[in-house]
Amino acid sequence: MTPIIFGLLVEAALYTVVISGVSIVIGFLIGMCVSAARLSSNRAFAIPARVFVSFFRGVPLLVQLLLIYNLLPVIGINVPSVVAAVVGLSLCTAAYQAENLRGGFASVPRGLLEAADMAGLTPFQQLLRIRVPIAFRLTLPSLVNEAILILKASSLVSVVGVIELTRMAQNLDTSLYEPLQLYSAAGLLYFIINRALAFAGTAAERRWNWGRA
Amino acid sequence: MELGARVRFDYALVASKLPEIFHALGITLYTWILGLVGACALGFLVAVARRYGPRPLDLALGGYVELFRGTPFLIQLFLLYFGGPYAGLSLDAIPAGLLGLSVYGAAYFSEIFRGGFEAVPRGHVEAGECVGLSRAQIIGRILLPEMTMLVLPASVNMAIILMKETAVLSVVTVPELTLTISAIGTEFYAFVECLFLLALFYWGLTEICSWLGRIGEARLARFRFAAA
Repeated sequence: MTPIIFGLLVEAALYTVVISGVSIVIGFLIGMCVSAARLSSNRAFAIPARVFVSFFRGVPLLVQLLLIYNLLPVIGINVPSVVAAVVGLSLCTAAYQAENLRGGFASVPRGLLEAADMAGLTPFQQLLRIRVPIAFRLTLPSLVNEAILILKASSLVSVVGVIELTRMAQNLDTSLYEPLQLYSAAGLLYFIINRALAFAGTAAERRWNWGRA
Repeated sequence: MELGARVRFDYALVASKLPEIFHALGITLYTWILGLVGACALGFLVAVARRYGPRPLDLALGGYVELFRGTPFLIQLFLLYFGGPYAGLSLDAIPAGLLGLSVYGAAYFSEIFRGGFEAVPRGHVEAGECVGLSRAQIIGRILLPEMTMLVLPASVNMAIILMKETAVLSVVTVPELTLTISAIGTEFYAFVECLFLLALFYWGLTEICSWLGRIGEARLARFRFAAA
């Protein structure tokens, strides 16, 4: 494999990182809303949130991606395939992150909220300054885990024609006929990114450990 | 493009294709169950080898586990199916899928089992050694039964993950549900209906699987040993 070919794979790997990163962030925001809805005492919010989580965790991501990719144009939304891919990845990770966040919100110590009540914080202030920061720190390890899962799962968006790392390796293979080298190199790149993510995650956990209650 | 014209559920279309769909469902279940059994068995062997084998073997297997957990299943599958023939391993789609699923799942199962082994109280193993049980007896009569209940929730979870990964086998032309139903969608230009149906199939399968897992956990809970 020439350095130029490897350079193409590295470039595609960066694209993979961008797609996964954007999806993780959007998924986190949607996951926040879904977990809030799931914890709501109003069943009009709680039940749709449960169905959302159950569906996106119960259906293979590949099927979700194919569905969204084919559904969007039918309902009149014509967007590039990368947008459909990001929508699919975001919705899927949102369901998993909502479950993690639900656990995090449930383990915010009651005493802290009572203290906040005493100090006269409004419910919204309590949410913003106590519940969210503490739940975030509690769920940081599972967030890193989720980021690693999504990075690996992002290889599936190659199927809807997004030229990320996996698709780039495939495309190069069709002209070079070197599947062993190309897919090994692609796998190695995924592996390196995952290791880096896990390392950054441990560092962040150590740094923010003071927030543990 | 008119909405009503294309998003409709054509029951007659689905009915005419039912035998094909059930055949594909059979292949999905076949690859899932065989892959699951393979992954469990291989994962168990890896966990035992890492616990009792020599240190170099433990390191090598640790490398295998890290590599297979750190790379996408799709890449592993491509390497096996497209790269395999260049390394003297030519497999048809279904055997390649089964091997891929087993080797991929085994990496995760070996970690589940390793955790299970470690959670079995040391005293139980030592007691077995004291009454003169061989290593195989200790594994078969103490570690395995006590561990089974501990690892059941994680194993059910992994079984569901593998069920969803069988959809990825469609990319290397295993004629399972995803490939078959998408093909029907292409044939009749009814993608969206077919993909919804496909999603419902998987949703049902994963819900049934997690329901069975909950029943299994409840039934095995009475074997939970007191000293944790």
